[in-house]
Amino acid sequence: MSRPEARSEFDVLVVGGGPAGIGAACAAVESSGSVRVGLIDESPWPGGQIWRGEGLAHGHSAKAGLWLKRLAASGVEVRSGSTVIGTGGAGVLVVEDRSGAGRISYNRLILCSGSRERFLPFPGWTSPRVVGAGGLQTLVKSGWPVEGKRVVVAGSGPLLLAVADGVNAAGGRVAAIVEQASWKRVMGFGMELSRFPAKLGQAVALRSRLATVPYLCGWWPTRVEDSTDGLLRVELTDGRRTREERVDLLACGFGLIPSIELAGMLGCGVKGGRIGVDDCQQTDVAGIYAAGEATGIKGGDSALVEGRLAGYSSVGEEVRADSLKGERDRWRRFGRAMEEAFVLRDELKCLADDSTIVCRCEDVTYGKLKARGSAREAKLQTRCGMGPCQGRVCGGATSFLFGWEADTVRPPLMASRLSSLLHLKGQGESER
Amino acid sequence: MSEARDTIIVGAGIVGSACAWECAKRGLRVLLLDAGPIGGGTTAAGMGHIVVMDDSEAQFALTAYSRRLWDELAAELPREVEHDPCGTLWAAADEEEMAEVHRKAHYYRERGIEVEVIEGSNLREMEPRLRAGLAGGLRVPGDSVVYPPCAARWMTERAREAGAEVRTGARVRRLVEEGGVELDTGEVIEAVVSVNAAGIGAGGLMMPEGLPVRGRKGHLAITDRYPGFVRHQIIELGYLKSAHGGGGDSVAFNIQPRKTGQMLIGSSRQYDAVDTQVEPPILDRMLRRAIEYIPTLGELSVVRVWTGQRAATPDKLPLIGPMPSNSAIWLATGHEGLGITTSLGTARLLADRLVGGEPEIPSKAYDPGRFAVEALAHV
Amino acid sequence: MSESIRVRVNGEDVVVPPGTVAAAAAARAGVTFFRLSVGGDRRGPLCGMGICFECRMTIDGRPHQRGCMVVCENGMELQTDESA
Repeated sequence: MSRPEARSEFDVLVVGGGPAGIGAACAAVESSGSVRVGLIDESPWPGGQIWRGEGLAHGHSAKAGLWLKRLAASGVEVRSGSTVIGTGGAGVLVVEDRSGAGRISYNRLILCSGSRERFLPFPGWTSPRVVGAGGLQTLVKSGWPVEGKRVVVAGSGPLLLAVADGVNAAGGRVAAIVEQASWKRVMGFGMELSRFPAKLGQAVALRSRLATVPYLCGWWPTRVEDSTDGLLRVELTDGRRTREERVDLLACGFGLIPSIELAGMLGCGVKGGRIGVDDCQQTDVAGIYAAGEATGIKGGDSALVEGRLAGYSSVGEEVRADSLKGERDRWRRFGRAMEEAFVLRDELKCLADDSTIVCRCEDVTYGKLKARGSAREAKLQTRCGMGPCQGRVCGGATSFLFGWEADTVRPPLMASRLSSLLHLKGQGESER
Repeated sequence: MSEARDTIIVGAGIVGSACAWECAKRGLRVLLLDAGPIGGGTTAAGMGHIVVMDDSEAQFALTAYSRRLWDELAAELPREVEHDPCGTLWAAADEEEMAEVHRKAHYYRERGIEVEVIEGSNLREMEPRLRAGLAGGLRVPGDSVVYPPCAARWMTERAREAGAEVRTGARVRRLVEEGGVELDTGEVIEAVVSVNAAGIGAGGLMMPEGLPVRGRKGHLAITDRYPGFVRHQIIELGYLKSAHGGGGDSVAFNIQPRKTGQMLIGSSRQYDAVDTQVEPPILDRMLRRAIEYIPTLGELSVVRVWTGQRAATPDKLPLIGPMPSNSAIWLATGHEGLGITTSLGTARLLADRLVGGEPEIPSKAYDPGRFAVEALAHV
Repeated sequence: MSESIRVRVNGEDVVVPPGTVAAAAAARAGVTFFRLSVGGDRRGPLCGMGICFECRMTIDGRPHQRGCMVVCENGMELQTDESA
């Protein structure tokens, strides 16, 4: 690894540096006794996607800034830019960074692997002018220029509002926010928010900043194409009417999917696409905990609480852990309400035509996939999911479009240098 | 389902698919069955190397014959089969292996297979990524590469056109002694002859006797796209003799340039490792061996590692022909690491023997009868 | 944090603020696509978080690097398929 002096043994190791991971690491290290806590994060800086760039000169939210400072002062050893590529036997993860790879051992593991966007294919969606919704937000926080750019934000979920806000704050002009869920559902969710004062406050502030931006509910994109004026023509529909926008960028994402690959490799039970946990955030593998979006989509505030709860549980601080359970449970209700409100409509299954690419790594079209019976058959016959993203992008689409389940998880968990795979084997470990 | 079939072929891997096609071409009423998707077993896990091998006369005869059959098809193969006539380059590490290059060159030439002996530094002109100091190599320009699952599917499509019926998602419980099969749903489908082409699953269909076929596990790794990184399928010359000759776990350097620009890296062999887990200790050995030959390989990005099970027989030759005890049950299995190459030759031999034609190459060496009945049961 | 970072994108000098990732530097340099897909389509970043591999670029001579995950450093050489 790049820091040969760095420790590679931890009492508690946290994977993922978003709110859940930061909460977990801080809770574990701040407990009584001296506990060695490490945090591995793939991003260049801690904060995850939601708090990305908060430590830099891109603006602050008070809460994020506070927690990032707390992490920095905590004594947690943070390894940014580090990707877990596999397990190295019991109690060991193999991690790669820009300069090399190495093995890190742990007694307790807390999985805070977060979530990723669900992308759905529609004609034209592979254009370089179409970016993920959360994707654009993250890129803007990392220096992507949107000054003066006209943007439509489309897809589903409360994230769209935050994305639009971020684009406007960075000098972009959001022409519309296009939410596939109906007005009725979105309003119902708004009513539900009244039970969560913090969220309600955020939502009200967000809406007031976006007061001049149309929020089209029950609308979705059907097609994009380059137009002669150098802009991207975006076709939208509500199922009866259509409208058109000309933009520099379409930011589009259809909700979030828990990232569960590492949990699967570790043998942790997965239910309904999320890591299963008990009342203490422990998975069904003893000593392995999980928190945040990987255990179900509930948002950043929830992730922080779950992370702290998992952190306390992992070091046996039961009283402190117990004190967070009520709040955690309320966020779980919030998550369920959000999931129900923003459930994807069936019309979105019919957007792709036969020539629309579904697997972007291998350029596999909808027409080639629709005749296949399973993800496995599609993979073998069309190469769908065989590219470097390992099906992380097309898998979200094919599970929604065809009900396919993902293939088995094997190392490397992420495409990695061949030499890094030489760290999967422990010293003294021999063949059977 | 009113009329009885002539032949039911169990297993739509590349061997079963080739057999179904060949039998259908001969006018037999064929039903091809598989529990999973076409080409989803060992076929999906293999490298897809069409290669002439000389571990034994019989192995040479079947691989050379089969390679010729692939060459005859080459022009018809659709793009997704990724046929690539890249040739094989056998790399010799030292003078002892170089002596083997000359022996092998003589053996191949004598039997009409074109080869080119590469001396010393000419090897690196041909493949600059190889490390300095190798003694030379043997180039076999007629060898090629295909993508096996799509090759198997293409064969089943040809089989269908020739009148065969193909059913996937149909799991066979056992072969019926009088011919035909019983599915795990209880359905019995009759046929004059059933052909067991179930690869490593072949023995399980013939309980309690079983078959002298054991799984021999292998690992492969594939990289992102680096077009032109190597141009030939390169294999260390000791591949069969020293590396994979014994019964223990072994690795050998083997790299294949895919038509996609990806590099496919092997190989490992393990008996009695029945699961599908990637095993770091042997993967480690396999990759280190590859880096010994191509030092810059370590920098390439690997997108996937997987395992598969080869169906291995005690004498490393496949089982093609009727069971010695029951001529209603035929075998087309036990192809170890050469099933992609020998699928076409296997299908021809099987069909020739089934309909009474004269095989183009002697078939005796592959006949299941070479194993005594007890051996068939208890190897 | 205030000084800026100088990188080269497809052979041209670009000055970016600290904390800018390679993909964003390329966008600031006016790159309109990052890579050509297997079928020859133009592609740019999608997920922004290292998942999709659409922003792959050659960074300091090493191909297939995810531009959204690498922070610019002075003197870094970035190349996209648009340069080809």
